[in-house]
Amino acid sequence: MKNRLKVLRAERDWTQAQLADELEVSRQTINAIEKGKFDPSLPLAFKAARLFKLSIEDIFQDEAAP
Amino acid sequence: MNDSKAGSGRWAAEMEKNTIVLGAWTLAWVLTMAVAVFGPRLIWGSNGTLSLIAILLNLAVGFGMIMANIRHLKGLDEMQQRIQLEAMGLSLGVGLVVGLAYSNLDVVKFITFDAQISHLVILMGLTYATAVFAGLRRYR
Repeated sequence: MKNRLKVLRAERDWTQAQLADELEVSRQTINAIEKGKFDPSLPLAFKAARLFKLSIEDIFQDEAAP
Repeated sequence: MNDSKAGSGRWAAEMEKNTIVLGAWTLAWVLTMAVAVFGPRLIWGSNGTLSLIAILLNLAVGFGMIMANIRHLKGLDEMQQRIQLEAMGLSLGVGLVVGLAYSNLDVVKFITFDAQISHLVILMGLTYATAVFAGLRRYR
């Protein structure tokens, strides 16, 4: 699963630690999600969407999708 | 991120608190274990009542440690929980499979010394620590 978390974070000038704090996860987890090494659960994806005021699809994309 | 939202730190603070509480329970368990093991040898000798009290105290503190560990695990984020789940599954599996094989080797006298429970604890501890380290590296 691809995601735009790093770009969205950079646009807002947030650090990984700040984003982690807002999403109530560790900084390591944010790093793993940004690198595509860990796919977040649906509740965490919704939380990120609410934080960025975007839809989940605007942040996360299924790589298998055409 | 505006200043009113940034860095609330509640989750991190809760995590830190859970870790400290777990550490305190673990330390208490180790200390009560030491009392239960060394008490009869060094302090009260063959007094069975004191030995039983020490063992029951160790058991009670052990359950407290288990509850603190569960609270700690529930407080982790989802990636940390996955790392812990894999590490615990691996250490349980390795402990069971290798532990029973080790015991069988002792039964058929393939090893010259007695298979001790402490060997199993060391094996499970090392497996768990290695698996957590590998998990953290995998998601880095």
